[in-house]
Amino acid sequence: MSAAPAVRAPFRPNWWARLGWLLLLAYCVYAMGELQITWERFVVGLGTGAKFVSELFPPSSKRMGLLADNLIETVEIAVISSAFGIAASLPLGFLSARNLMPGWLTWPARAIIALSRSFHPVIFAILFVKAVGFGPLAGILTLVFASIGFIGKLFAEAIEEISLKPVEAMKAAGAPFMSVLAFGVLPQVFNRFIGFATYQFDSNLRNSTMIGVVGAGGIGGTLFAAFQRFDYDFLCTILLSIIGLIMVGEYFAVKIKATFND
Amino acid sequence: MTEHRHWERFTRAQRLARFTVYLGTVALLVVSLKTVEVIPDFLFDAPKQVGDLLRRMWPVDFGAYFKQDIHTALIETLNTSTLGTIVALIMAAPLGVMAAKNIVPFGFLNWIAKFILVASRTVNTLVWAILFVAVFGPGALAGTAAIACRSVGFCGKLLGETLEEIKPGPIEALKAAGAPWTSILIKGYWPQVAPAFWGISLFRWDINVRESAVIGLVGAGGIGVSLENALNLFRWTQVSLVLLCIFAVVVLAELFVTKIREKMI
Repeated sequence: MSAAPAVRAPFRPNWWARLGWLLLLAYCVYAMGELQITWERFVVGLGTGAKFVSELFPPSSKRMGLLADNLIETVEIAVISSAFGIAASLPLGFLSARNLMPGWLTWPARAIIALSRSFHPVIFAILFVKAVGFGPLAGILTLVFASIGFIGKLFAEAIEEISLKPVEAMKAAGAPFMSVLAFGVLPQVFNRFIGFATYQFDSNLRNSTMIGVVGAGGIGGTLFAAFQRFDYDFLCTILLSIIGLIMVGEYFAVKIKATFND
Repeated sequence: MTEHRHWERFTRAQRLARFTVYLGTVALLVVSLKTVEVIPDFLFDAPKQVGDLLRRMWPVDFGAYFKQDIHTALIETLNTSTLGTIVALIMAAPLGVMAAKNIVPFGFLNWIAKFILVASRTVNTLVWAILFVAVFGPGALAGTAAIACRSVGFCGKLLGETLEEIKPGPIEALKAAGAPWTSILIKGYWPQVAPAFWGISLFRWDINVRESAVIGLVGAGGIGVSLENALNLFRWTQVSLVLLCIFAVVVLAELFVTKIREKMI
């Protein structure tokens, strides 16, 4: 007695997947109710949005001096914080690499890095504004921490992935510890480090345009002030200049990375 | 005649380019340090001030968690980030498809999609939030829209790149069998990009949980509003509670995402 071979439908419906999609839809309905998102509000918002956009244009060309000063301050914050942040994350990255350092050294370094990563830069900015007052100093301190958190972690991971053969060879030849780091470890991770550093500069530039919203210097303060004064045509100018600044920053980041990639 | 060949790791042009980068960086740093308006006294005073701040934040006012509706704000933050991510994915899917050169072979359409994705990424979440507060008024709707608009660029870009890297075999088989383009998309492309799609979603959701905690500072709802209120009233013990809550949620979200990713891979 031969059983007829079961004919398998080529595109059988996956009921579990469909149930999942249904649950996702149910969640969306629930969340929209919870957040009081309704169709009417959305439609009203579209009307307001059209009016808002019409007020944005044409961008104002007044107060270009203020705009230029703010843009320069934004770049300064990004440059200084990147320099100090990268300089600080170099030793921290070495200290938290578990394949080079003993455990009692790695965990404090890792704790510092984790602490720097724990909060959004804006929250750090608020605390630093309370601690050191309004102005670029708060912004610089904020972004130094942000840089340490990001590069420190990635750099430590990069060091943990290196080949230990050159390191062992140098140790066997009796090289002192600093030489092992400089000639055995650093050449293996230098390219990636430059990559992280340019990425972080780019990211710091983006963030330094925004932390001004809480008073930590840079163009964000002027942006938020223009918004609160309903000065929408100046807001448009600021937004366009921020986008321009970020694109210029990205261009240089790509160029610098290309210089070190061979 | 003996010829001494001198070995060099880099060509002269490479060394010159590197030197230019180093020089430019140092010059930029020096100029910045000279012109930035920082009062050194404030910097040296910073450790003392931070210590003072921390002392005022202690002890944490746990009683305010339900009294000041921080619990509600926290739930609102989670809902904002989740719904924002979902809306972003709904918008990012067609844009990602449009940006993928192997699916849409029209350069002009690719360019439009890429332009929208880049524009979305260039504007920060906080700036999106400011714009949407002007449009929708203060509240979670503005926050959700801001999160969604910022995430579209991120998700769409990664999705488009994944779509461009898929194996063409199944697609060709489906085409040869005469499948309509909807079937090709759902049965040919989707199964290949689904793992990456869920990975991208989780990754972005994790980022959005962090970001939705701060957009309340400009009035876009969530726990940021509680933080702003506590800060403005100088209730430092409540500030520490809010910070603790944000920290806990961020850590839990990261753990959750890591666990699910381990299961998926």
